[in-house]
Amino acid sequence: MTATASPLPDLTARLLRLLGPGSVITDPVRLRTYECDGLTYHRATPAVVVLPETAEQVAAVVRECDAAGTPFVARGAGTGLSGGAVPRTDGVLIVMSRMRRILQIDIPNRRAVVEPGVTNLAITEAAAPHGYYYAPDPSSRQVCSIGGNVAENSGGAHCLKYGFTVNHVLAVELVTPQGEIVTLDADDPGYDLLGAFIGSEGTLGIATKITVRLSRAPETVTTLLAAFPGVESGGTAVSAIIAAGIVPAAIEMMDALAIEAAEAAVRCGYPAGAGAVLIVELDGPAAEVAAQFTRVRELCLSSGAFETRTADDPAEREAIWKGRRSAFAAVGRISPAYLVQDGVVPRTALPQVLAGIEELSARFGVRVANVFHAGDGNLHPLVLFDDTEDGAGERAEQVSAEILALCVAYGGSITGEHGIGVDKAKHMTAMFGPDDLDTMQLLRCAFDPRGLSNPGKVFPTPRLCGEAPGVRKGVHPLVASGEAELF
Amino acid sequence: MNAGTELSGTGVAVRDAGPGDTVAGAEPRWVASPASTEEVAVVLRAAARRGLAVVPAGGRTKIGWGGPPERCDLLLDTRRLDQVLEHEAGDLVVRVQAGLPVRDLGEALAASGQELALDVPPGPATVGGVLATGAAGPRRLRYGTGRDLLIGITVVLADGTVARAGGRVVKNVAGYDLGKLFTGSLGTLGVITEATFRLRPLPSSRAYVTATAPEAGRLDAVGAVAGSPLEPSAVEIDVPDPGGPATVTVLIEGVAAGERAEAAGDLLGAVVPPSATPPAWWGSPPDGGYLLELRVPPASAGHAIGVVAEAAGPLAVHVRGSAACAVLWLGLDAAAPAGAVGAFVSRVRAALGTRGGRLVVWDTPATGPLDRWGPVGAAALMRRVKERFDPEDRMAPGRTPGAGKAG
Repeated sequence: MTATASPLPDLTARLLRLLGPGSVITDPVRLRTYECDGLTYHRATPAVVVLPETAEQVAAVVRECDAAGTPFVARGAGTGLSGGAVPRTDGVLIVMSRMRRILQIDIPNRRAVVEPGVTNLAITEAAAPHGYYYAPDPSSRQVCSIGGNVAENSGGAHCLKYGFTVNHVLAVELVTPQGEIVTLDADDPGYDLLGAFIGSEGTLGIATKITVRLSRAPETVTTLLAAFPGVESGGTAVSAIIAAGIVPAAIEMMDALAIEAAEAAVRCGYPAGAGAVLIVELDGPAAEVAAQFTRVRELCLSSGAFETRTADDPAEREAIWKGRRSAFAAVGRISPAYLVQDGVVPRTALPQVLAGIEELSARFGVRVANVFHAGDGNLHPLVLFDDTEDGAGERAEQVSAEILALCVAYGGSITGEHGIGVDKAKHMTAMFGPDDLDTMQLLRCAFDPRGLSNPGKVFPTPRLCGEAPGVRKGVHPLVASGEAELF
Repeated sequence: MNAGTELSGTGVAVRDAGPGDTVAGAEPRWVASPASTEEVAVVLRAAARRGLAVVPAGGRTKIGWGGPPERCDLLLDTRRLDQVLEHEAGDLVVRVQAGLPVRDLGEALAASGQELALDVPPGPATVGGVLATGAAGPRRLRYGTGRDLLIGITVVLADGTVARAGGRVVKNVAGYDLGKLFTGSLGTLGVITEATFRLRPLPSSRAYVTATAPEAGRLDAVGAVAGSPLEPSAVEIDVPDPGGPATVTVLIEGVAAGERAEAAGDLLGAVVPPSATPPAWWGSPPDGGYLLELRVPPASAGHAIGVVAEAAGPLAVHVRGSAACAVLWLGLDAAAPAGAVGAFVSRVRAALGTRGGRLVVWDTPATGPLDRWGPVGAAALMRRVKERFDPEDRMAPGRTPGAGKAG
């Protein structure tokens, strides 16, 4: 841990004085621990890592960065899949993992106050003895941090009925990119800055305390597994369920390749011969769930399901969910490498888009496993490839990009829950025009006039605050000065 | 060429303003009635060239809300932006123009067995107006407010720039959510011209169960119902006199609504069977010239009503609103002396501010000096946002916290 190893000696020395040597990492080997998040093909070793324990320390670090004109990036558990927490080689990485106290479980007010490093699941575990839970449940909920959830506006399988992080956060204390500690509260009048901050991917500041809404555990939860000959009939069932006016807590689908992977990894024992399985979870008052369940099962059977299973208790439910939850990791069993994509399409376009993905798969000779949140059209195609084979990675990248283009062509989005990060910044122009992006920059500049907070993420081209919105011509001053890079 | 001629020259319908166009005491000179996003942009570009202050208005049901405009040259009337642009029933998504009355949208959606789960009081409130004021009704408990249901937005900024954010899919985290930013903006950041919402299937049945508590302070039953697994869609309260009895009505929606409503009734101690129709006061703010909104943490609702009773003194205050969310309307008579109202506001803020309470004065009969917002933690950030979006301070100046000099 030698300060001299850092390319930012002056700043590092000040950070050491502020936080002490136990909270500042400069050793090149240890720094490499933080070089990427869950998306491992974007890597950068941070110049220095700090591990603050209080909001005041975060603010002090940010003020030092601001004074030095040094970029900084906040990092939670590092489970993000879009490179949102990739550090800057010329900047400070602020790791929030030591701020992980649950400050309050307030059942009468149905809320919890937590520090950003608390895991998503830990909130539910703390609330569960009282009959409550925290609704947004990303698949990584055992390890992902609530601060990261706020940064990415994370969702999960149960978004369809319960919404996203933004629908369950009541207040955020944050450190602005200029080092002020400010609280954004849903009850404040005026602009909904809380809503705008959530999902801003660390570009508007760093959350240091989060108040979340706790939800009452439903009276009944019933999970149905339905096996179909293929994704088409499964898709028909999804449309029929929605058309019947039923909003399940979750509707998940896996295609044959995804099932094969899950079986190989966790032996989930899904019905043999299934070309697709649908997991439909209903929750709520017992009478409501019972009536809906009968209808959902009928609709699955009339859409072509050849087998259905039901789970009413947690153990049976876990058995059904096991295959789905393991799917991403499981493809490692059937492919040396893979890319996970995160496109969204309107629900009614699912059949066409799935057919389009199949066509792309055939055309490029690249296998694609589909695991997705069918209820809200959020696709997670897993593009499989062999990284030892020349050109395979490039082909997989191309298929992945073509899938996104397909999503946008059908009126969808380039990300449903993983974020733009560094990975998809170049695709933002597929969804938004220059005026849209410039308008977003007005917000960015209000919070972060110097563009120091997680720069290079979300937006395709760096812009200077104070520039008139419009199409830029020539080399950007930040690029020319070497402070930023273009994609 | 004067500004009026220039506005007329845009080809957009423009007329001279009349007495009916006054906004919280500010009299505009012109009223423009564009019918498309492009027309709004044309008008705002002309206003920018002439340095005109612009106040957007929809159905004008909340035209008095917020601080009085410091300047108002042009009223931008959005009511001709009244089209349903896209309704894909299978996607449970609708895209509309912002001047469409919410009730008209409700009728259009009901034909497909769907609804926008956003309650607004009776009247011609428009989609854009509801978003800009951040208003929401009883079912906020279950479905959230406009910001939770909004998935895409088109806005026109002060300089005429047209910007879109979000999209027409429910799940989408690409870029900043400008829709959230414009929620509660009261026209100060630009004009909302289109909005895309997620919809819900219309519930198969609704049941309301009502009980009267001897005094508002004893609202334990509200917490019991809100915290029960009965999934109430709304828990509303009506307290004509904060020292007197409180009526609590719970709405249950769904297949087994009647049965669940009876269970809710047991929790409330109701003796009247559930009804298929709401009480007459449901979803409307109390009458009165002053309209205030009090928010406290949910478990403090009963305590807050007690504080209101004590702070009111001789003032008559009618409390009504979402008991389980503790978002409560306070209605005060227009004839109440402004000084007494100001003192009441200060007393309530002093008593509840440390307990997470917020009291906002939305509407007043006169434009006297009154601290409408109380302390707002993010006011400085809001001001910085306003300065970026509208550096000349021409959009509804002074209407929101952080926007302009007015309190």
